Amino acid sequence: MKVAETPFEFFTVAYLTRIGNQSAANLEELLVGLEQCSDASIFHHTFQTLGSHHFLTEGFSNDFAQWALAEASRDALAEQFAALDIRDYTSIAALRADLCRVLRDFIAAFPQFSRQEALDRFYFCESLEVTMPFSLNAATLDEFRNGVASISHASFHFHFVTSRLRLQLRTNDFSHWLAGSLGLTTLAETIDHIDIYTNTLDSARAKMLRLMDRERRKYEHDSNPKQDSAG
Amino acid sequence: MSTIQIPSRIPLDDYSSVIGAGEVAELRTLAKPLAGRSVVMINSTAVGGGVAEILNRLVPLAEELGINIRWEVMTGGEDFFEVTKAFHNALHGAPYHPEPRHFDIFRAYNEKNAKRLPLDAEFMVIHDPQPAGLISYRKKNGNHWVWRCHIDLSHSNPAVWNFLENYVPHYDAAIFSSPEFAKQLPIPQYLFHPAIDPLSEKNRELPPEFILDVLARYGIDHLRPILTQISRFDRLKDPVGVIRAYRIVRRYFDCQLVLAGGGASDDPEGATVLKEAQNAAEGDPDIKLLELPAWAPLEVNALQRASTIVIQKSLREGFGLTVSEALWKKKPVVAAAVGGIPTQIIHKHTGLLAHSVEGAAYQIRFLLSHPDIAARLGERGHQHVKENFLITQNLKRYLTLFLKLGKPS
Repeated sequence: MKVAETPFEFFTVAYLTRIGNQSAANLEELLVGLEQCSDASIFHHTFQTLGSHHFLTEGFSNDFAQWALAEASRDALAEQFAALDIRDYTSIAALRADLCRVLRDFIAAFPQFSRQEALDRFYFCESLEVTMPFSLNAATLDEFRNGVASISHASFHFHFVTSRLRLQLRTNDFSHWLAGSLGLTTLAETIDHIDIYTNTLDSARAKMLRLMDRERRKYEHDSNPKQDSAG
Repeated sequence: MSTIQIPSRIPLDDYSSVIGAGEVAELRTLAKPLAGRSVVMINSTAVGGGVAEILNRLVPLAEELGINIRWEVMTGGEDFFEVTKAFHNALHGAPYHPEPRHFDIFRAYNEKNAKRLPLDAEFMVIHDPQPAGLISYRKKNGNHWVWRCHIDLSHSNPAVWNFLENYVPHYDAAIFSSPEFAKQLPIPQYLFHPAIDPLSEKNRELPPEFILDVLARYGIDHLRPILTQISRFDRLKDPVGVIRAYRIVRRYFDCQLVLAGGGASDDPEGATVLKEAQNAAEGDPDIKLLELPAWAPLEVNALQRASTIVIQKSLREGFGLTVSEALWKKKPVVAAAVGGIPTQIIHKHTGLLAHSVEGAAYQIRFLLSHPDIAARLGERGHQHVKENFLITQNLKRYLTLFLKLGKPS
């Protein structure tokens, strides 16, 4: 089994939620907030909220969509917000631009709703990140598999979802390392295609572990075909 | 000695069975740079109330992680606690006209406590308004002071808040339970959700025979649907509104209603509210009004676990942690969209929100007609609590805050 020259280093992450001074009572104010809030705020209400609500696999996407649906009663806008897939973004600036575009288009199409008061305000918050190494490294697929099985939800989300922003690539830390360091490009791609919106972090991890187990069995079969057929 | 000694400790590893070994390993990792560093938590009571309940669990867990943490309780005379109770109610929005002597009493007791409490820990966490004035006695040793406000300040009485504003901006940070409870302040404000302990008597698994025993003791039929609201007998919890909702549901379903809580025996208003509820319930033996002792965690646990649906139809609410308690037990919850409840009940995902008696009745009928949907909401609610409202998450937030505030020594 191949040993990577650069081991994978597992990190853990914790977020502190800072309450911002901005809030929005209607769509017009939400647009102002979206335009002016910090990158950490856009991150909080999209990437981070998906992690803390990963168990909702039917229709929960981000805080803006949830607020548009539950508080502003604008189903069509909620659908548009929810359709923004964070995996398509490698920068917060691009995500912010699309969030603003969706809202501007909606306000332009339905100006009568722009100042209609929502049931509850939208409060802009931001995530402050603390990352630390987990004291867990992996140089082989076996070690990597065991590492993935043992890390926390936050760590899994950090490597699998938010890594896009760090890598500035449309992939995740796990796939990036599997392809780059172990040469397992097909496995890496299959893992990257696991849908984080219709899976919980647990079910996404379980799928990933199954894929790695299959790869290990394939390796064992390829490296020792006689023993396998005799068994 | 005012340092609180905590008799019953639950080892951190026991939580692995609930949250997973990875989450516990993560707490240990985050705590490593904080080992040996000092934290002092100060509040105004060692027993009773949600703050003491949280500190009772949080402090030993932090200690196990190697943090040099102490929990201190400020002392005061009756005059002090009368004033601070009035402040508390006023900060929740009750009308109040403070006199200058009330502020003098507050200042005097904070000064007295400042002389006897250790204020030199690296991280000082001051809970709620009572000890907020201790910040005036901050030593110039560069330590970090955080004000943890458990109260909803969104409708605070201006006279009391203006007084507290003399102190709060001098802290390094403030913590609130919900963004809407916060104030415009010149210091950073952080969001910490209150938390429940899954291994406490109020939340741990119970043997089915114990639950049946509790039901039998209170004359509740375990074979018919049970609707329950656990709350003090307080107008803001709207027990009469719950009875009205039940009466609408009752036209369609043969169910029972349990309203259980304390607060009637030692609170004149509680006794009046209980009387109002008794009048509203008159003639219906399927409405059980249970006046529980102030601390009956196992009974509360059993009643929640026995419930078909848990209701929290408050008119105003702080965070409403009874909702998380019910969700943890995988119960479908119908609750009012007030205070911190919508943070716990994500409508149609982790429970159902209602805005009126009729709305609550409709949601209850819907869930009684669709037990599969009710079960799914309960299951997701449990996951939501597991991810966001457990004591271990609270501990993680404190570790993160300390890591952010203090550079590693």
